[in-house]
Amino acid sequence: MEANNRYHRQIILPEIGTLGQEKLATSKVLVIGAGGLGCPALQYLVAAGIGTIGIVDFDIVETSNLHRQILYGDGSIGENKALAAKNRLEDLNPTIVINAYPEKLTTKNAISLFSEYDIIVDGSDNFSTRYLVNDACVITSKPLVYGAIFKYEGQVSVFNYQNGPTYRCLFPEPPKAGSVPSCSEIGVLGVLPGIIGSLQANEVLKIILELGDVLSGKLLMYDSLSTRFSTFSVNRVDPEISKVLAVQEDFETMDYQLLCGIKTVVEILPEHALTIKNALFIDVRETHEQPKIESLHPKYIPLNTLQKELNTFDNEQEIIVFCQSGVRSKKAVEIFIEHGFKHVSHIKGGAIALYEQQTLKEV
Amino acid sequence: MQLTIKYFGMLAEATSTAEERLQTDICSVADLLKKLKNQYPKLHDKDFKVAINQELVNNNYMINNEVEVALLPPFAGG
Repeated sequence: MEANNRYHRQIILPEIGTLGQEKLATSKVLVIGAGGLGCPALQYLVAAGIGTIGIVDFDIVETSNLHRQILYGDGSIGENKALAAKNRLEDLNPTIVINAYPEKLTTKNAISLFSEYDIIVDGSDNFSTRYLVNDACVITSKPLVYGAIFKYEGQVSVFNYQNGPTYRCLFPEPPKAGSVPSCSEIGVLGVLPGIIGSLQANEVLKIILELGDVLSGKLLMYDSLSTRFSTFSVNRVDPEISKVLAVQEDFETMDYQLLCGIKTVVEILPEHALTIKNALFIDVRETHEQPKIESLHPKYIPLNTLQKELNTFDNEQEIIVFCQSGVRSKKAVEIFIEHGFKHVSHIKGGAIALYEQQTLKEV
Repeated sequence: MQLTIKYFGMLAEATSTAEERLQTDICSVADLLKKLKNQYPKLHDKDFKVAINQELVNNNYMINNEVEVALLPPFAGG
């Protein structure tokens, strides 16, 4: 009775009825990312009575999330998003099962996680996760409800649904690293992910209820400034799908960060750096910057001249870079990696942290 | 013939326009892109797909009609 009342307004729709409600109750939907897109999608999916909802997010709630990640309030700051979302959503609808996975989606856990659900919703915020999600959906044969945003525009599509195209049929390879900025870099108005996430939730419901035309084989583009929706048809590209299936045995060991050109910059602690003997230290600060760390006998090469000096180094040699606080040295390491250097790291906290460590030792 | 070119997302920023009309002869999508990249050097390092009259096409597709061309980049944000 309580259930009938809760879902009354959707059950009275003749296309849905109690049969449709039963379909929702027996469905399992996994949402990747409980951020700008995940929050609105989760809110509607939970309210509609999807029987089992999974939420994957390793991130914690920050104040700057609150203008768009509407499941959270001041009280959730510092909490893991998957757990905070579950907490809020259990109040919204205590009659369903909500599984929180407060962890990063990786090639190690994706296949087993996806296998437990019927539909996957991509609410992630980076290309490496998006390609990982697509490939795991192809391997486990799960429909993928995709949404992504840029500034005032959004994209929605349903991939891998009833032999339709996949994300790779649209965009076979990730774009060059850094060529597409993220929301945290360029900003976003909160309503846009609200709209796109809601469209994703609607596609999920359509798939489960077998209602209308699922947005498969189509890319929807939404421009919030001109309030314009455009759809583009996308064809299935079988070789793109075969490529993913051909390497599925090795999926667990694949590096999606590398695929997306994300370089792993190794950071070492200042106390550790001070004990290293056989490395070449490079101070990439401007020559006037203090304090100098003489004990490491560094070479002084300001960051803006590093490129010119690269050929003076051996790319097999262990190189440790530092600057004042660790920002410029990280850039320096990226430059080294781009040029094929294998053993380059930088010091966390830079010269300031090194200086503090030295002073501690002397005391 | 006259084409309508629509730029989405960061491509509209790279070209400083969301939509423009372009006079051209019959050409392939690849030829058209070459022309656009010459005109807008910032398009060079961008990844995108091309749709002709709302349908995604390959670079060897021949444009022989007054069509609408859309340049669609991938978005990452969420």
